[in-house]
This record gives sequence, C-alpha cells and structure tokens, in this order.
Amino acid sequence: MMSAGFQSSPAAARSRVAPFLSLSLAVGAASMLACAPATTTSGMGSMSGSSSSMSTTPPSPDPRVGLRAGLMDAGEASWNMRVLSKTPPSEKFVGITNSDLAFTGNYAIQGNYNGYQVWDISNPTRPTLRTAYVCPASQSDVSVYRNLLFVSGEGLTGRLDCGTQGVTAPVSRERLRGLRIFDISDIANPRNVGNVQTCRGSHTHTLLVDPKDADNVYVYISGSSNVRSAEELPGCVSATPDKDPNSALFRIEVIKVPLAHPEQAAIVSSPRIFNDLTAPARHGEAPEDIAASRQRLDAAKAHGEFTGVFFGAERVLPSGMIRPLLDSIVRARGGSGAAAATAEDSATLRRALPAMLAGMFPPDDSHHGPTQCHDITVYPAIGLAGGACEGYGMLLDIRDPAHPTRISAVADSNFSYWHSATFNNDGTKVLFSDEWGGGGQPKCRATDRKEWGADAIFTIVNGQMQFQSYYKLPAAQTQYENCVAHNGSLVPIPGRDVMIQSWYQGGVSLFDWTDARNPKEIAFFDRGPVDSTRMGSGGTWSVYWYNGVLVSSEIARGLDIFELTPSAFISQNELDAAKSVHFDYLNAQGQPKLTWPPTFALARAYVDQLERSRGLSSSRLASVRDALANAERASGGARQGALALLATQLSAEAGSSSDGGKVTMLAGAVRQLAGI
Amino acid sequence: MPSAEQGQAAAIARARADSLRYPFTAADIHFMSAMIGHHAQAIVMSRMAPTHGASPAVRRLAERIINAQQDEIATMQRWLADRRLPVPEARPGPMKMTMDGMEHEMMMPGMLTDAQMAELERARGPEFDRLFLVDMIQHHRGATSMVRDLFATPGAAQDETVFKFANDVNVDQTTEIARMQRLLADVMTAP
Repeated sequence: MMSAGFQSSPAAARSRVAPFLSLSLAVGAASMLACAPATTTSGMGSMSGSSSSMSTTPPSPDPRVGLRAGLMDAGEASWNMRVLSKTPPSEKFVGITNSDLAFTGNYAIQGNYNGYQVWDISNPTRPTLRTAYVCPASQSDVSVYRNLLFVSGEGLTGRLDCGTQGVTAPVSRERLRGLRIFDISDIANPRNVGNVQTCRGSHTHTLLVDPKDADNVYVYISGSSNVRSAEELPGCVSATPDKDPNSALFRIEVIKVPLAHPEQAAIVSSPRIFNDLTAPARHGEAPEDIAASRQRLDAAKAHGEFTGVFFGAERVLPSGMIRPLLDSIVRARGGSGAAAATAEDSATLRRALPAMLAGMFPPDDSHHGPTQCHDITVYPAIGLAGGACEGYGMLLDIRDPAHPTRISAVADSNFSYWHSATFNNDGTKVLFSDEWGGGGQPKCRATDRKEWGADAIFTIVNGQMQFQSYYKLPAAQTQYENCVAHNGSLVPIPGRDVMIQSWYQGGVSLFDWTDARNPKEIAFFDRGPVDSTRMGSGGTWSVYWYNGVLVSSEIARGLDIFELTPSAFISQNELDAAKSVHFDYLNAQGQPKLTWPPTFALARAYVDQLERSRGLSSSRLASVRDALANAERASGGARQGALALLATQLSAEAGSSSDGGKVTMLAGAVRQLAGI
Repeated sequence: MPSAEQGQAAAIARARADSLRYPFTAADIHFMSAMIGHHAQAIVMSRMAPTHGASPAVRRLAERIINAQQDEIATMQRWLADRRLPVPEARPGPMKMTMDGMEHEMMMPGMLTDAQMAELERARGPEFDRLFLVDMIQHHRGATSMVRDLFATPGAAQDETVFKFANDVNVDQTTEIARMQRLLADVMTAP
C-alpha cells in the first residue's frame, strides 16, 4: 500500500530554500567518509562511482544520514553496490506512482498507477522503453507468464476500457476492480484479452504455476478494500459470513486461467483460509520464550493450580477467577464456601472448567481475524505459500492450487500489518515484512523502534513457524521520507540466504539472514528525500535480482538498475556464481527454486565461504584453490580425473571440519563439475 | 542533467500529478477533517498509559497508537492544506460543521464522551488496562465505521490519497481491534 499522492505546487516553491543546507550536510558526510572507501556519496546527482572494500566494518557515520533532498538530483550513498542506470519515467507516466515489477526475457515490466511500462534491459546501463501502455488502476501489480501479462486493479477509478476519466458513479458496469489479462505476444502492442472482476478488487495478486498442470495457471487475489455492491457485481456480499455465507470477507479468490483461452479465466474457488484462527496475537516467541512459558505452566500445574485453554493457549487461571467458581460448587452441596473446598470439589471444578471457559470466551468466530491477505508468496517447488494476512503470517499448503489450506499461523504484537513473505531457497525459513503505516509514513526515524515496520524471520519446523529475529533498515531516515519494510527477493549467492529489499525512501538494503538470529546488512543504496520540507511521494517500491542485476522500481524517479560489487561479504566468485543462475521469467511472489549450474565459480564460491568460516585450514584452502586452477587448465579426462579426486578427498574431510555442511556442498559442486 | 532542467522535470512531474488527480468530494473533505479529532482523542487516551499503571503490553500498544496516529494526522493535515482547505488542529472533541448557515457540533462515531474520558483518567493499573482496551475497541470501531460510511457515499474516495488512507485506517484498526480483544482476554484472566 502507498498512501501519499504526488504533492502540489506550494511545496515546489518552499523546497527551493533548503537544498543549500542539505548540500552542505551531504558534502560534510562525504568528506568524513574519506577513510571508508567502500562508500560512495554523490551530492550532485551524478552516477555513483564504483568502489569496493574488503573491510567488514560498515561505513561510519552512516552516509545515508543527511543526504541532500531532490526529486531527480538528490544526494546518493551506496556501499558494496553501484548504479548501472537511472531511467526516468516516460512522458505519460511522469508524476504518477510506479509500483511493482515482473520480468520476462530481456524485459522488465513496471506497473504504474497509470498503466505499465515495458523496458528492454538487455543492456542494463541503458534500458530502452519498449511499450508505455496507459490503463489507469491502483496499484497495477504485475505478473507475467509466457505470452500473458496480468495487472491488478483495486481503486474505484479503474475502467474496463482503460480510459483515464475515472468512474464517478457509485454503481457502474464500466468499473474494473480485479484482474486485467493482456496478450503480449507482440510486446509493442499488448491486447487486453480478458478481465476478471472481483468483489474487493485486487490490491496484489500472485501467479501460481502448478508443476502438475501444463494447461492452466492460477492467480490468487489479495485485496482488503471495500466490498463493491451487488448491483455493480452480482454476488458481492459485504455482510459477515455468520449473516450471509456468501460473504466476500474472510476469504481469498483463486482465478484459473486456461493458457489456450485466457478469455475464459474465472474465479474457481474462494478458500476460507482464515477460519478458526486461534494463534495468540503476541510478540513472536523465540524458542527460549516458549520453553520458559512451558516451564511456568508445568510448575503451576504441579503445584495444583487450575489451567484452562482459551484463545489458542493453555493459561494458568488466577485465584480471583477460580475462587468464586469453587465457592459456588461448595455451596451447591450445602458447604460454607470456597474455604471449605475438598479435593472432590476441586475435581468437580476441573471437570466443569472447559465448559465454563467456553461460555466466558466464545471461540474466535469469523468476526475476528483477518478478512483478507495483503499478499501471498507461493513457492511451488516446496508446495508452500506464505500468506501475509492483516494481523497474521500464515503457511499455506498449495499442492492443490485451487484449494489452498492453512497449515499454521503466527501473530506478533510488534507487527501491524503483515505485508509479504519470502522463503529462503531450501524452504527452512520464511521472512515476513510489516508494512506499518501502509507505506506512506516515515517509520525509520531515529525515534521509531527497530522491531516496528521491520521484517520478522521465522524458521519452519514441521510446518510450524518459530520466531528468530527482526531485521530493519539500520540507517535512520528523516520525517519526510516514507520508509518501512517492502518488497524484495533472494539474491542467488550459493550456500547462503541473502536478500535485497526495498524500504521506500529508505533505499534498498542487502542483508544476509543465513544466521536467522543475526541478520546483517552487507550492502545498500539510498537517496536523499524527494523534498526537504515535507513528505513527498517517492522511494523504491520493489527491488529484485534478475539475471545478474538488481532492478528497482522507484515510485517517482523511474527505473534504477544496480550491480553488486565484490566486498568482504560477497566475493567475486560468489557474484559470478550468482550470475550463473538464469531465469526465463520472474514474478517475485511466485518464488522460483534457485539452482546453480556446475561452474568453477560455484566451487570457488564455497571455498571463499569456507575461508570466511574458517571451515578448512588456510593451507588446505590454498591447495584446494590450486587443485581447482589446475583442473580448469586441464581438459577432458585429465580434468575429470582431477576433479573426481578432489571431490572424493573433500567428502572425506567434511566430518572433521567445523563447517562440514559447506565442505559437503563444495564436494558436491566439484563432483558435478567432474560430470560424475 | 543541469539543475535548471532538474527543476523543470520536478515541476512537470508535479503538474502532471495534479492534472491527473481525480476530483474529491465533500465526503472526502469531511472524512479527512473529522478523523483528525478522532485520532487526537486516541492519542490523548494512549498518553495516559505510562502514568496510569498500564501493563507492559498495553503500554506498548498505546505507544504504537500514538506513533501511528500522529503520522496519520500529518497526512490528513497535508492533504487538506494542499487543497487550500481549512485544517483542523489535532485536538480531541466534536467536529464543527456548518449546516444551513448554523454551526453544529457533531461527535464522531466511537469517540468517548467526557464522562468516559473522566472515568479512564481516574482508573489505575489493571482497571486502567481493562477500561483502556474496552474504550479503544469502541473508538477503533467508530473509525472503521467512518471508513464504511465514506465508501458508501456516491463519488467518494476517488482521490488516490483518500482511497489509500481510508483503506490503511480500516485494515490497521481492524487488525488492532482483534489484538485488543485478545489483550482484553489476558487482562481479564491476569492473576
């Protein structure tokens, strides 16, 4: 969600005064940074220079603090990454909010509240506009599959005919709220081949490619806006499910799209994945929290205290609550009161308690809990989806694509609005982001708590999520920069969990969450505020890794493309291995399984990681590097033999290494290189 | 780009954004004005938490409400100022409306009466927690009903900022109501 629209002219006049002050701050920051060569600061809006450093210390003071404001000429700071290109919006899209990205072949498709733009990014230093398609809708969330492009419409002004005049009538057959489908076989001339109208519109959507179904794709619709009237779209019911079982609340929509006949796309189910939610809405508990509360409960029970289950958890019941109940039981048999209670009375109370509690705390009916999801990330390779649904993060089983079911749910009192999910590649962890304030508010000020408007990282154990830590952009932003956790994707560094993420005007942040308890920033890019005198609309909506580069959709400034530079945190070999991963297309909310082709870079990436973790001795690391270099120089049978020998040796060494898992991965990569 | 061109690009961007802005209605103005006083009361209520012996969970909730609703008040005031409309101060109390040339005072849905505010002001400790949660659930339900009324008004919420803002208020406060219901269960069963 984004709240702020573009600002009107009074601000333009005011903003002329302030740049001098901000500029001096930016220059000051840059000069102080002379000793931290990994960082580039640019106060003049020129392209950031490239530099790299083997220092493991983040630049201090943080060069993101105090950057000069400006729409197209803001100060910039980067660390361990560099700008390849900055491309302003094309004419019909200037001043209108850019939104999410999807990729196919050499194209980046950039949603915009006015339609979408297709950029050819074959040369990432010089993207060229291929198509600018005007068809207004908020938020124009985009996905692509083969020849089909899907675009979300949620707002009240979207029109079936793509007109720009809006729809003012409260009930209108001209309004589009739902999913538009375009045939982009000729990418320069998209054709609108179908539309699926939904009751609450589509804030976001998720394309699900079922590995078992070659003829159809599925689209999960998320949207928590108001329910339209039944006069506008027959069948839409805004009453709650207890009053009308056809309620459009408390469900998601699943659209099935026949690939040969996209015009026949239609809603095939409306799964009620929120029913009977009982997870308590409290701070995500770490394993030690859970153990401690278990201990407290066990001790209380051993002590003979009364417990009861309500709102999804067993709790110790206070004496203030038990005493009157016991009192009534004793009096009922003619006794004098609770003080005269016998063991028999206590047993009677224990038997009666569940029914009494059920009466006092009716089970959470459909009035509570989420009525919709904000976004769902599907990971078909592991049959799971992460649903970010109002106050909950959920794991869904999606093996039957039209009928997703909930496996588990978590809530967290530090989380406001669960926004989106990203799995790590092996599906053992999931990261949820909290878009506190909807994306239009400045939630990264020095005074804002680190655990609010952040990411929460969970491990997945037997289908249950266990809280591990929070990650938040570590650089304080001004009150005029909307900043909160937003969209991102994995960066395919083999053997590690590394993610790039957008934080609106907080810029983009690359972090390593391999150690789920200690996520750590390892690169960034940021600009100064759009406006130094007031909250302006801008910032990066989403940033995704696609075939070797990082592509960011900047709400106001256009399309930015970055590349990572080698550093103490990511070696050249790791970057080369990451760049060996190729996607034919990418929708970040349809998470692809990353696989690395066998390359020497992949093997060396693991060697570099073993050097970092000290998983092998320095002499052994050197001899492994030599062996790989010699094998690379050799060919045919000699190469194969050398690699096979190395792989066998490494497998045997794994058991004695402090990082045996990584040694085994290295052995596997070498074995694959040998082709055996 | 030279700086003159930079300035021009910014001006063009703003002009285009203005020209494409959909019309706003009296209902939009009413919503963006009335919600300021509504939010202001939530902030006054929440500021009591640290001095009224609130539990850590309620204090944290109150801190979140203050942070969220202060920022949202700024959003509403900015939206009104940009349209050269009267900008109400962030003060709790009834909304002043002029109808047929007469000024009327109107209490927004869910707002606490003076008596309720006084009762909350007197409460301490667990009783403050309980009352705060009950009152704030009432207050939030009022806000979500204001959103429903806005969307039920012909022509309203076409403006991009109003549409997003109203949706944000609705989902954030609906989520918070569910959280407060559970907190209330905790408070009622606390030893």
